[in-house]
Amino acid sequence: MSNTLKTQLAFSVIALLLIIIGLVQSWNVSLGILNLCLISAVMALGVNMQWGYAGLLNVGVMGFAALGGMSAVLVSQAPVAEAWQASWGRLLIAALCFAATIAASIICYRILAAGRNRNLALALVIIGGLALTRFFFDPAVTAIESIEPAKTGFLGGMGLPIIFSWGFGGIVAAGIAWCIGKVALGLRADYLAIATLGISEIILAVLKNEDWLTRGVKNVTGLSRPVPYEIDLQTTTWFIDFIRWWHSGALGVLNEAEQPPALKQFVIDGSSIFVKLCYTGLFAGVLVVILLLSVKALNSPWGRMMRAIRDNEIAAGAMGKDVTRRHLQIFIIGSAVIGVAGAMLTTLDGQFTPTSYQPLRFTFLIWVMVIVGGSGNNMGSVLGGFLIWLVWIEAEPIGVWLMAFGTGWLDESNVIRIHLIENAQHMRLFFMGLVLLLVLRFSPGGILPEVVRKQGS
Amino acid sequence: MEAITDFVSAIVLLLNFIVVPGLSYGSQLALGALGITLVFGILRFANFAHGDTMAFGTMMTILVTWWLQSKGINLGPLPTALLALPAGIAATILLLVVTDKTVYRYYRHSKAVPVTFMIASMGVMFMTNGIVRFVIGPNDQRFLDGERFIVSARNFKSMTGLSEGLSIKVSQGLTIVVAIVLVALLFWFLQKTRTGKAMRAYSDNEDLALLSGVDPDRVVLVTWIITAILATIAGTLYGLDKSFKPFTYLQLLLPMFAAAIVGGIGNPIGAIAGGYVIAFSEVMVTYAYKKVFVYLLPQSLEPQGLLQLLSTDYKFAVSFVILVLVLLVRPTGILRGKVL
Repeated sequence: MSNTLKTQLAFSVIALLLIIIGLVQSWNVSLGILNLCLISAVMALGVNMQWGYAGLLNVGVMGFAALGGMSAVLVSQAPVAEAWQASWGRLLIAALCFAATIAASIICYRILAAGRNRNLALALVIIGGLALTRFFFDPAVTAIESIEPAKTGFLGGMGLPIIFSWGFGGIVAAGIAWCIGKVALGLRADYLAIATLGISEIILAVLKNEDWLTRGVKNVTGLSRPVPYEIDLQTTTWFIDFIRWWHSGALGVLNEAEQPPALKQFVIDGSSIFVKLCYTGLFAGVLVVILLLSVKALNSPWGRMMRAIRDNEIAAGAMGKDVTRRHLQIFIIGSAVIGVAGAMLTTLDGQFTPTSYQPLRFTFLIWVMVIVGGSGNNMGSVLGGFLIWLVWIEAEPIGVWLMAFGTGWLDESNVIRIHLIENAQHMRLFFMGLVLLLVLRFSPGGILPEVVRKQGS
Repeated sequence: MEAITDFVSAIVLLLNFIVVPGLSYGSQLALGALGITLVFGILRFANFAHGDTMAFGTMMTILVTWWLQSKGINLGPLPTALLALPAGIAATILLLVVTDKTVYRYYRHSKAVPVTFMIASMGVMFMTNGIVRFVIGPNDQRFLDGERFIVSARNFKSMTGLSEGLSIKVSQGLTIVVAIVLVALLFWFLQKTRTGKAMRAYSDNEDLALLSGVDPDRVVLVTWIITAILATIAGTLYGLDKSFKPFTYLQLLLPMFAAAIVGGIGNPIGAIAGGYVIAFSEVMVTYAYKKVFVYLLPQSLEPQGLLQLLSTDYKFAVSFVILVLVLLVRPTGILRGKVL
């Protein structure tokens, strides 16, 4: 079966599944799943760039997604004026000290000859500089966090529309990826994996603890939205008229007295579907743009070079390609895409909760998407994102239903039956692992394998 | 006189909050890192499923412990879990051998690259994690019984008359003793027995070992068995010392990897050294030294802040920073592991 046909077939199946969910459960659920599918697909595209194009094993997806989430807070929240007033002087000095420390250590590294002396000097500069920075920084943090800790207690953000955070999230993730890449990209594949795993944990630790930045585990709730609120829609005339027109058939058969409550219910249901559709439109737009760019890039000479580096670093290096720089480049681009997806996710949630970032959900699940979908194939990653997210969400009710069905012969109050039904949701982890292993074993290219174009074809 | 008691108090404080926890946590990490390093040395991949293997072994041990407790069987002052350990180990051996037969063997025979093994181990990680959560649930489980303390803080204070207490939990003492015994046995096995020698030969140079008649399937089987023993014991000791929660075992993966790499991956002595390096730096960097200095310095110089370098939540950062430093300065690890 050709890949194009397979792609069309696979996406038709997904669409069918979403429609079935819409009909059986509700359109609200179906659209909710679709939105997260779109975000997952963007994340999977980012990982696919790093792994599929360049063979870089990034197990720190969670960290970059969290950075995107953080930028949603930093862009959309209103700045807290008192906090800035109370601390700006010290913050400025601390920032200058920090910059000076970095500059001094770079100078040390450059001018001193390698050896014990340089290591010692570097250690002294870094420790001294950090101590000095903290001398100014700690009081500033105390000042910031003491201002209305129950409501704010942080610096706030820029007060811009949250949609800008999607780009900003990408930039932040790219910046951090540059720092990480500079240090870690020289490592072997498995060391790189462990290093990125560590970095994602560190990013999370920072986001959980630096209350002045993101309120830490106190969470930031009530983020602004790029789309209208349901409650506003329900009182807007054009929306009510639209719903009346849409459901005119159903409303027509009702009598005068029944019409207003029925219409009200339709408006409430319709508003939440409308909001979800707005999100779907935005996310699909981002996905399409990134997907088009990825496809273009992969088919360009640049993409060919990336694949050449992935397949044989030494040969590519001998051809004059700068392997380290290309690795750094693709690492930054891929991380930026993950950052964008992370910002989109936080925008959809409307809140930033650092504790909700779990490696299984945000790192390893994305990996399952990429491997199952087809590493090296952009459409494959998108498909993987859709399919795995669908399975991940629907495995829970199906698992519970199966357990209830399978243990139907047991008594309602049977301890084993209750335990099985209560814990059925965890079986989806087992199932995900099984899917990953089966695909890896029997179809290592994934559902939509990479298309390798041969000379002349 | 007061100066001397103050000095002793400061020492006791450090013992209580740094040395004892560092030693027991370090032993737990060392046992975990040994498992990772063995798999790396013999099968040549970084095993992401190791944390969940530990969780699985601990879970089986806990289940058997609960059963024993319900029958009224216990070990007096020692935790009943010790009695349940063999059953837990047997179950974990079964798990690892089955995963090897169903998952890893295929890739070994088809000479797959290490990265493929690593991704396969992610799949195994998911499945094991799913099983553990399904059977025992995602919440905290307690299974410690018997005596709580070898030396409790109150007894220590009344015995010595110092104002600072030293407490050593049974689980901590047990961890250290078990770790020493286990490591001694492991080294005896690797150095003195035929199978152990075959394992070392295989790890050192696979082709040469095969030519010399080493049976690769046997070496791999023994490796998994040893890994299962180490993982179950490490997990159970950690669970006794802190508490059992599937998620924390996943998080232990990072410090254990760091320990294995810092010490020199593939090198068992390195894994032990790495375990203690990581554990002690985590404990030392996140400890608030204020009280120590209150004892040591005259009142006029009493420190203002907590004198804590980093908050406790940054302990992952510590293991990671050490990892990066070692990788940059000395990529083979402190004790010259191998870079395959």
